Amino acid sequence: MTMMEDQAAAIRIEAIAKTFTLHNQGSTLVPVFANVSLEVAAGECVVLSGVSGVGKSTMLRAIYGNYVPSDGSVKLFHDGEYVDITNAPPHVVLDIRRRTMGYVSQFLRVIPRIQTLQLVMEPLLENSVDAGEAKDRAEAILAMLNLPKALWGLPPATFSGGEQQRVNIARVMVREYPVLLLDEPTASLDAANRQTVIKLMNAARDRGTAMVGIFHDEAVRNAVATRFFDVTEYRLAA
Amino acid sequence: MSMITPIERDEQLLVVEGLDKSFGPIGACRDVSFELRRGEILGIVGESGSGKTTLLRCISGQLEPTGGQVLFNSRRHGMHDIFALSEQDRRRIAREEWGYVHQNPRDGLRMRVSGGANVAEPLMMNGRRHYGEMREQSLNWFERVELDLGRIDNKPRTFSGGMQQRLQIARNLIHNPSLVFMDEPTGGLDVSVQARLLDLMRVLVREMGLAAIIVTHDIGVARLLADRLLVMKSGFVVEQGLTDQVLDDPQHGYTQLLVSSVLQI
Amino acid sequence: MNAPSNLPANRVYNYAYLDEQTKRMIRRSILKAIAIPGYQVPFGSREMPVPYGWGTGGIQVTASIIGPDDVYKCIDQGADDTTNAVSIRRFFARVADVATTEQTEEATIIQTRHRIPEAPLQEGQIMVYQVPQPEPLRGLEPRETETRAMHAYEEYGLQYLSLYESVAAYGRIAGGAGYPVLVDERYLMSPSPIPKFDNPKLHQSEALHLFGAGREKRIYAVPPHTDVRSLDFEDYPFEIQSWDEVCALCNCDSSYKDEVILDDDGNRMFVCSDSAYCGERRKQGHSGPLAGHALDQLDQPEDAE
Repeated sequence: MTMMEDQAAAIRIEAIAKTFTLHNQGSTLVPVFANVSLEVAAGECVVLSGVSGVGKSTMLRAIYGNYVPSDGSVKLFHDGEYVDITNAPPHVVLDIRRRTMGYVSQFLRVIPRIQTLQLVMEPLLENSVDAGEAKDRAEAILAMLNLPKALWGLPPATFSGGEQQRVNIARVMVREYPVLLLDEPTASLDAANRQTVIKLMNAARDRGTAMVGIFHDEAVRNAVATRFFDVTEYRLAA
Repeated sequence: MSMITPIERDEQLLVVEGLDKSFGPIGACRDVSFELRRGEILGIVGESGSGKTTLLRCISGQLEPTGGQVLFNSRRHGMHDIFALSEQDRRRIAREEWGYVHQNPRDGLRMRVSGGANVAEPLMMNGRRHYGEMREQSLNWFERVELDLGRIDNKPRTFSGGMQQRLQIARNLIHNPSLVFMDEPTGGLDVSVQARLLDLMRVLVREMGLAAIIVTHDIGVARLLADRLLVMKSGFVVEQGLTDQVLDDPQHGYTQLLVSSVLQI
Repeated sequence: MNAPSNLPANRVYNYAYLDEQTKRMIRRSILKAIAIPGYQVPFGSREMPVPYGWGTGGIQVTASIIGPDDVYKCIDQGADDTTNAVSIRRFFARVADVATTEQTEEATIIQTRHRIPEAPLQEGQIMVYQVPQPEPLRGLEPRETETRAMHAYEEYGLQYLSLYESVAAYGRIAGGAGYPVLVDERYLMSPSPIPKFDNPKLHQSEALHLFGAGREKRIYAVPPHTDVRSLDFEDYPFEIQSWDEVCALCNCDSSYKDEVILDDDGNRMFVCSDSAYCGERRKQGHSGPLAGHALDQLDQPEDAE
């Protein structure tokens, strides 16, 4: 899947703000950021920076449609047009997530009891890839991420943190999404696996994937970033 | 896994408009509106007494609403208010196109006939009269819901709670419905049995591309199964949206309370 | 069949036991039942001088249709000489001044519990059945509201559950008695506990069949020349019972047989369940392998009262 040549940006964030309202604690307002605008083009990897608590994860989640911004819009290039994910109907958001935008979260959240290989095949099957090809591709990426073959047939619930994280990465990277969001994908990985993930990310970027990520590890950050975006400037005082 | 195309997926299956249901002075459901697409799984969450089950009973044709409309896109009638249809037509839709999984399997199974007959019943209800074919399909479904084929002629009362619930699920899917209603389907089960059932339901629902409405007070169940959530309180829908968005960034005070009340392991 | 005007002055009860208003009410229900073949018509069942389960429904139907010109036959398990049959026959002989018979051909009203006689029924005859449970779906669906809806909307898939269970358990549709039928391709009906052997006799019968359920307060009917189809599966078609043995007394090879245990050594014999039919055949000279057996001697026609 390649991005369209004439397309200016894959993601267009326009003046978003986020303030949490805690209704059960005297309607306390917890402001995070305001007036954030960012465009990410195909083949770019924008790394969000700023200290802990500045709102990097919140911003990533807002792009994914997981958090609802209190203001502004997040437009994604999906199916030949820009769709504002902040007010798109749920089935459209799900379709964007299924076909356009992948998200590697910090934690693996899956239904218990499903085999790892099946979990990794799932995003392909949902996109009508035939079962044989899906299996080949899933096996290839699990092998690339050095997940021991003995684990493929097991559900990941009992895996170590690093193993679970690699399953998580495999589930997303097995597909070539035009947009990728990455929240600390390498946090619990050893050096060798970290290199593999960097390689995967760079390959995706070179293919034309628009990426936004959070990486605490400076080496990783420098290896993948085409640009940094500091969220601190938009921070609101609580 | 999923054989349906995006276009089919976009089709509307159920539209609820301004549904009210009161029992005398008590308003059990108030001005409830939502829609459901083919292949979509909707969770209805809220505490006991919030009107979840009443809502489910109204939209599944068992209780006539006091006001509002329930439009269902049936094979025979197209998009039509089910309460404007005759009782006969409504029962036919329920028989042909719906499934209803009760919290207590005893309410959804016929305890006097064998497990196999329970599973095959919807086929007979829909006019099938070939024993051999029905037996084969029944066996096939026993396998799909991971029940021991050797138990097919046993009465459901000899089954454990988890087995009874899987039996009930098989019985509600065998006739290829387009919509399945589930009322606390994992309610009375212990955690390990519940996990197995959840997994099974998710796989089956996805494989068959059917839509489901699942009433639950268990946020974990809702997160794993539902694409979308309705949050109910005192008969009102106080919030609705994508499951992960409603649970991770709840906007309404009640939803925030509900989410923060979940025990963390 | 109006009540005669010249009633004996010393009669304690009204003609045919029931009062005229009750009979009129029951006749209305019967007419409705005939008009809607197989449909269960509710009626105000009365207390009768026998307990529920002894044929109160059948007795009330008979009492409502009987007249002094009728010839009345009553059988229980196919036999005219069983206690219940004898008692009910005596009852009507006394309260309705009717002639009684054991000959199927002679009878105008035949009251029965378990059988339809072997001799073919004729035009003008009325079969009256004593029905314990009129609702064929009751064993599967306990709610009356639901079974009524099923009848109203012709939703009879449920009945096949019992057939399914039977094939799953026995490899065939077992169900000896009360085998469900579809009347006039519309209403599902329980033919009362007659053996399924007798079901085909209901189909396009010359006679009128009236069913009375006293405890359940329902009357239903199969008028003459009505289609009656026994339910079955495409791959397990309906079939009736058959016996390898002939009747030990009359040598009949086509009748419905009762098995009679003769001694503690397991000796047994099969005899026609229809005692009048069997006796008639023996009179005509048919003789089975055990003809002359002690049971043959006992089985003499009852003396007329």
